[in-house]
Amino acid sequence: MKTNATDTAVRDKNAQIAHEIRLGQKRRARRARIYKHIFLIGMSIVMLYPLFWLLASSLKPENEIFSTLTLWPSEFNWDNYTEGWNALPKSFTVFYMNSAIVTVLSVIGNLLSCSFAAYAFARLQFNGKNLFFALMMMTLMIPYHVVLIPQYVLFLNLGWVDTYLPLVVPRFLASDAFFIFLMVQFFRQLPRELDEAAMIDGCSPYKIYWVIILPLSLPAMGTAAIFSLIWVWEDFLAPLIYLNDIKSYTVPLALRLFLDQEGQSIFGQMFAMSVLSLVPVIVFFIAFQKLIVRGIATSGMK
Amino acid sequence: MKRFFKRNAPAYVFLTPWFIGFFLLALGPILASLYLSFTRYDMVADPRWVGLDNYEYMFERDRRFWKALEVTFTYVALAVPARLAMALGVAMLLDKGLRTIGLYRAIFYLPSLLGSSIAIAILWRQLFAADGVVNQVLAKFGIEGAAWISDPDTSLYTLVVLAMWQFGSPMLIFLAGLRGIPRDLYEAAEIDGTSKPRQFFRITLPLLAPVIFFNLVLQTIEAFKTFSSAFIISNGTGAPADSLLFYTVYLFNEAFKFFRMGYASALAWVLLLIIGFFTAVTFFTSKYWVHYENERD
Repeated sequence: MKTNATDTAVRDKNAQIAHEIRLGQKRRARRARIYKHIFLIGMSIVMLYPLFWLLASSLKPENEIFSTLTLWPSEFNWDNYTEGWNALPKSFTVFYMNSAIVTVLSVIGNLLSCSFAAYAFARLQFNGKNLFFALMMMTLMIPYHVVLIPQYVLFLNLGWVDTYLPLVVPRFLASDAFFIFLMVQFFRQLPRELDEAAMIDGCSPYKIYWVIILPLSLPAMGTAAIFSLIWVWEDFLAPLIYLNDIKSYTVPLALRLFLDQEGQSIFGQMFAMSVLSLVPVIVFFIAFQKLIVRGIATSGMK
Repeated sequence: MKRFFKRNAPAYVFLTPWFIGFFLLALGPILASLYLSFTRYDMVADPRWVGLDNYEYMFERDRRFWKALEVTFTYVALAVPARLAMALGVAMLLDKGLRTIGLYRAIFYLPSLLGSSIAIAILWRQLFAADGVVNQVLAKFGIEGAAWISDPDTSLYTLVVLAMWQFGSPMLIFLAGLRGIPRDLYEAAEIDGTSKPRQFFRITLPLLAPVIFFNLVLQTIEAFKTFSSAFIISNGTGAPADSLLFYTVYLFNEAFKFFRMGYASALAWVLLLIIGFFTAVTFFTSKYWVHYENERD
C-alpha cells in the first residue's frame, strides 16, 4: 500500500517535471521564434531597401536624391515619369511596344519548341536518345559569348541585323535548353499508363502530345512562360548586339541611353524609367509566385 | 530501314526544331569560332589564317587578357561562396521553427529575379557612388566610405555585394533540399545531446551534399557568365583601371567595338575550356564528397 502511494507520488512528480520541461521548451521555442522573426524582418528591410530607394528617388525633386537618406520625398514629383517617358529621341511607348513584341514572340517560341523536344526526350523511344539528351544538357553549360560571334556573322549574312529575327527565331529553335530540361522533369512525372492507353486506342504520338501531355502540363508551361517572359524582358546582350537603330530599341537598351547623357539633371527621370521597367517583372512575380518557386525547386536554376 | 523510320519518325519530328537550333546555333557556331580563332577577321575582309598567333598573343603579350582572368576569377572565388553561404544560412533559418515563411521567401527571392536587369545595374551604380546611399549611411556612423565604384581597389566588391544580394534561387533549392532531410534524425541527435554545430556538420551538410553540389556547379557557371551588370557599372569598358574588366566584357569589346573577331573567338574558346574544366573538376571530385542516398525518396 505504502509503496503504491510513493509510486503515485513519484509518478505525479515526474509528470509535473515533464510538464515543466515541455512548458520550458515551448517558451524557449517561442522566444527563438521571436528572435528569428526580428532578424528576418531586419534582413527583409535591408534586402528591399535598394528597391525602395529607387522608387523614392524616382519621385523626389532632383536636389533631394543624393542629399538625404529619408525615403519619403518632401513633395511627390511625378514629372520624372512624364518627362522621363519622352526624354529620349524616341518615346518609351516605342520601347515598350518593341519589348512587348520581342517578349511575346519569344515566349511562344520557347513554349512550342521546348515542349516538342521535351516530349520526345521524356516520353518517346528513339535511336540516339541518350546521346542527344547529353548534348542538350551540355548546351546548358555553354556561355552565350562562345557562340555569339559566329551567330552574329550568320545573322548578318542573312540580313537579319537590326530586325527582331535574331532575338526571336532562336527561341523557335529550342535554343534555351533550360526550358527543355524543366519540361522533361515535369513530363516524366506524368503517369505512363495514359500514353499506353491512348496508344492502344490508336492515338498517334502527335495526338498524345496535344491531347494528353500538353493539357496536363499547364503548371510546367506556366512556369516556363513566366521565366522566359522575365528573362527575355530583361535580356540585354542580344539586343545590344543586334539592334542598332534607336527606333527598334527594347526597354533595357533605352535605359542605357540615360547613362550616356550623364548629368545630374536626368537622374530622377532615369530612376523613374528604371522603376517602370521593373514593374512588369514584379507584377508577374507577385501574381505567379507559386509557379516560380516550384519551378526553381524542381529544376533549380537562375 | 522501314522499321527504323517507323520507330523514330515521331520523335525526330518533335526534335526537328531542336536539331536545327543545335546544329545552326550551338554546334556549328562552336566549331566556327574554333576556326575563326585561328584567323584574323574584321568582318570586312575574309578571315585570314594566322595559325596560333591569336593564342600566342593572348598568353604571352596581352596584359588585358590576364587582367580579365584575374578579375573574373577573383569575382567567382568571392561571389560564389558568399552567395551560397548566404543562401544556405537563410534557408536553414527559414526551414525550422517558423510557421509561415512565404513572405520572407518572396522578399528574399525578388532580387534574384530582378538581378540581371539594367535597372538594377543603374541602381547599383548610384548606391555605391561616392555620394551614394552607402556612404551616407556610413557617414552616419562617422565612417568615411571609399569611392567604391570609381576606386579600382573596391569596385569589384560592389559586384560581389550585388551577387550576394541575389542569393534567392540557390536559397529556394536549399530549402527544397532541407525539406528532404528526415526530421527524426535531428530529434535523435537532440536526445543524444549532440550540439547544434555538430548536427550541422554531421547531418545537414552530408545529406545536403548533392544539393550543394548542384548549386555550386550552376552558380559557378553563372558567375563566369556575368555580363550585364559589369558592363553597365563599368560604362561598357571595364573601367576604372580595368578593375571591372570581366572576361565577357573584354570579349564583347574585342568583338563588337574593335571588330577583332578572330581574336575574340580565341577568347571565347578559352572561356569555354575554363568553364568546361571547372565543371569537369567539380563532377570528378564530387564522388568524394557527394553521396546520393537511394533509399530515401
